[in-house]
This record gives sequence, C-alpha cells and structure tokens, in this order.
Amino acid sequence: MSGLEVVIGLEIHAELKTLSKMFCSCDASFGGEPNSRTCPVCLGLPGVLPVLNRKAVELATRLALALHCDIAPYSIFHRKNYFYPDMPKNFQISQYDLPLGIGGYLDLEMEEGRVRVGITRVHLEEDTGKTVHASESGRIHDSEYSLEDFNRAGVPLLEIVTEPDIRTPIQARMFMQELKSIMEHLEVSDCKMEEGSLRCDANVSLRPQGSPQLGVKAEVKNMNSFRALYRALDYEIMRQGDLLASGGEVVQETRHWDADSGVTTPLRTKEYAYDYRYFPEPDLVPLQLDLSFIDGVRAGLPELPSQRRSRLQEDLGLPEHDAGLLTSSKALADFFEAAVDAGAEPKAASNWMMGELSAHLNAHNIEISEVPITPAQLAAMIALIDKGVISGKIAKSVFEAMLASGNDAETIVKEKGITQISDEEELVRHIEEAIRENPASVEDYRKGKEKALGFLVGQVMRKTKGRANPQLVNELLRRSLEGEG
Amino acid sequence: MIEPKDVEYVAWLARLDVSEEEKEKFTRQLGQVLEHAEKIKSLDTEDVDPTSHAIPLKNVMREDETGPCLSQEEALSGAPRTQGGYFVVPRII
Repeated sequence: MSGLEVVIGLEIHAELKTLSKMFCSCDASFGGEPNSRTCPVCLGLPGVLPVLNRKAVELATRLALALHCDIAPYSIFHRKNYFYPDMPKNFQISQYDLPLGIGGYLDLEMEEGRVRVGITRVHLEEDTGKTVHASESGRIHDSEYSLEDFNRAGVPLLEIVTEPDIRTPIQARMFMQELKSIMEHLEVSDCKMEEGSLRCDANVSLRPQGSPQLGVKAEVKNMNSFRALYRALDYEIMRQGDLLASGGEVVQETRHWDADSGVTTPLRTKEYAYDYRYFPEPDLVPLQLDLSFIDGVRAGLPELPSQRRSRLQEDLGLPEHDAGLLTSSKALADFFEAAVDAGAEPKAASNWMMGELSAHLNAHNIEISEVPITPAQLAAMIALIDKGVISGKIAKSVFEAMLASGNDAETIVKEKGITQISDEEELVRHIEEAIRENPASVEDYRKGKEKALGFLVGQVMRKTKGRANPQLVNELLRRSLEGEG
Repeated sequence: MIEPKDVEYVAWLARLDVSEEEKEKFTRQLGQVLEHAEKIKSLDTEDVDPTSHAIPLKNVMREDETGPCLSQEEALSGAPRTQGGYFVVPRII
C-alpha cells in the first residue's frame, strides 16, 4: 500500500420528506400494504402526465444551497432508460446534463485538519419500487421469481455526487454523518439508512502518490449503515492494494458489499449493462427558478450543524469533542439543548448523553426519539446530584431505571429508598465501625499512607450499600482518625 | 452507416424480438431517419438555442398534497401474475 493514494467519491441518495410522490399525489410515506399507494402515473400506465412536486424542488434547493452549490437558472428532466422489474415505466425520470445544483462543497473537521469535499451535483429523480425475493426455501438464490411492491416507486429522491476528494474510510463516514445531520437540520429527509431513505454508493480507486490521473475504479454498493460504509471501503482498499502489489490490475466493475462475510464481490460489468439512452422527458417542462425563489429558500435556511457546533462551544462552553458528537444528529442536539433549557448544567448533560444515554441507545439499537424520558427528566436527575440527594454513582442506577420505566428520578429514588446518606450521625456510626474493624489500615494511615484512607472510605460505602455521600465520608473519616490520634 | 448489428443492439436494449426480415427493413428505415438528421445538421444553427421542449411553458408544478390512490386490487388488475398483494416478476438475481 505504500506509495499509493486512496481516492474515494460518494454517490448518495436521499428520499425527500414530502407528503406526496414526485410526479403524482400518492402517499409517499414508508411502508403500507404492498401496492396500496400507487396510481396510473407511478405505475407507468399509458396516457398519463407527471406533474412536478413543488415541495420536492424546494427541499432540493434547500440542500443544494446548504452545500454551497450554484442553483442552475435552467434545468430539465431526462428519461433514463433501462429495464428492471422495480421500475414500472422502464425508465426513471432523472436529471442529466442540467441538474438543479452544481459545484458545491462540504468541509469536514478531521484530526488531520479541515478536509474540503467538493460536491459535483445535486439533482432530483424518482425512487424505484421494492423487490422481495421469493422462493420455496426462503433463499434468494433458489427463488424462481421476485415480488414487486410499487409503493416506493415515484417517491422523490435526491442524488448527491461528490468529487473524488475523499482519502480515507473515516473521512467517508464523517462525510455521510455530516451530510445526514445537515439534511436532518434542513428537514429535507428522514435519513433512515435502515429503512433505505438514505443510501450510499462509493467509487474507490488507488493511484501512485502524486499522480494527477485517477486509477481504475470499482463502484461499491449495498452499504446500509455508517459502519458498513467504513468496513466496505476498508476492505475494498485492501483488496485493490493487494491486487496491484501482486502485479494485477483493478477491473472497472460494480461490487456488492456483503456485511456477513465482510467482503465485496463483483455484480456486473459496466460497459455491458449501461446504455441509458437519456433523452429530455417530453412530459415535464423545464424548471427555471428565479432569484426571488432561490433567495427565499436561502433566507429560510435554519442553523446548520457546523454553526450549531460553534454555538454549543462558544455559548455553552462545551469542548469541541462534545459539540461534534452531539451535533452528529439533530435529535441528539435537540435533546441536549432542551435539557440545558430545563436547567441542566451543559457539561453534565453532555456527559450523561454521551455516556450512559448513548450506551443505552447502542445496546438496544434504538434512536433517541424512542427513549421514554424527556430532556427535562434528565435535567431533574442532574439537579438531584447537584443537591446531594443522590451520588453520581447511585445516579447511574437511577438513570438506568428511568430509561427502563420512563419514571422521574425523584420517584425512583423514593420508591427504592436510595437517597444519599448525608446525615452525619448515621455516617459517623458506620465510620466508627469501620475503624474498629480495620486497625491495620488505621495504623497505616497514621504512618502516613494516604491509600489506607481510600480503603476505609470504601468500607463505609460498602456498609451503606453505596448510599453514603463520599465527600462527607472522606471528611468525617479524616476528622475521626486525626481527632483520635 | 447503420448496420444490422446496430439494429440488433437497439432492439436488445428495448427488449424487442426482431425477425431477420424486420432487421433488414429497420436497417434501411433507420438509415433513412439518420440521413434526414444529417441533412438537418447541415443547417446553420449558430443563433438557435437548443430546444428540449416544443411548448413555451416552464415551472409547471403541483402543491405537495396527497390524493386518492388505486386500491391494491385495481393496481394489480392488469398483472399476469400476482401473489399476496405483489406483482410477480421473473427472478432478477
């Protein structure tokens, strides 16, 4: 791999958050009984006329502007002709030589510094139907036929193509995370990779370091999560590197990522399968967006993740790392800010969210929207720690119970009787007991071994089942040891 | 300038079966179409904007509102084969 440079470009598809489809008024939401959300237009029946969804144009313009693209003063739709059972019309309406947005960029803040990834184009098209593979045995390769559901056919789709500016799998993953967060903030797309509303393909090639020419690329498909994207790129770079090192050549082809076996395998060769015979879609008239429309969309752009990141650092004093993680998803950042609005100290709220809360989300593979507690409940729990009602250690089990039940911290603390013991008399009783039982440690401490104190504090915590206020125990213990000395 | 193998290729792209006879005929006819296009290409179009659409309309859009769809039965009514609410199509993998 030495002396070789990795070159990655991404092609991303995102379903737009519209109520209706791109060219007809069928419901565009995910799911539904198969083939219950179709009409003659999206089924491609003869004699129908598609009409463009205004909202889809607005959302596409919103993203294109956020990615610093120029909005084309004149753009048109093309028919991309090919046969595949998930496309009822036998062509896909897409944009070809005159896309909506061109020439933008997205900056990534990486450990190695700022990486600017060029955006070649942002264009509008329509989604295809969903194919279900059927067979008696349930195995894809045994199936004699496939099943088609056209509910998704015609759902507005945005295609975003980057320049080959990405150099590492980590940069690729960062790009996708940032783009997803931007689309969430813009309310352009739901960005659910597992439901397929956000999808990503990658062009990967290697070339000698410093070479101006691109190497032969492979297109990698079927990466359904950030993790899959990272792993697939990592594998593909290694595969091409090994191939070149052993004197072989990379073949231009489409490769399929298989997450189970952790490898990419060839799908079909390009020169054979692609002859799309694009031509202007005669049923859709040109799009000529005037300046007042574009300025209106620009004026309505909300705060973007990068701006939010700076604000969390500057106004709330969060470290860069925290601000970066919290703004990687709009829902996460919204939850955090709501907790702060409810009175939580920012860094404390951030710690709980990045620690226990994130661990809970990962362990259960759920989104923050599915968590049963509100930001205000998190703030109230942090307040209990600040007031000394519960210790930080107890708070962890309280928080766990909150996540499981959705109950308030206060309710849980009362129910379980796990308030922190700050009553001095009670603590002194436990402390005296600990001193009596551990004369050796007491001796050690008096000889100047600070460590022995920690041991004695531990003994008191144990006697109180972790409910003692540790600072207070520390203080009282020191006092009794030295007082008696 | 157009050969039977070009006709074969175009027919394959369009999933059309053409007989030997048709192949001959289409080669001749498509050749004439291309010849005509060549003739048009010889015109001076220096000051003519490229046209993608014949009518002077632009920005025809609809509001993002949902309307009635076909029922599943209606949607599937023209299909040669269905199963459990799906269209059955030849295996593609």
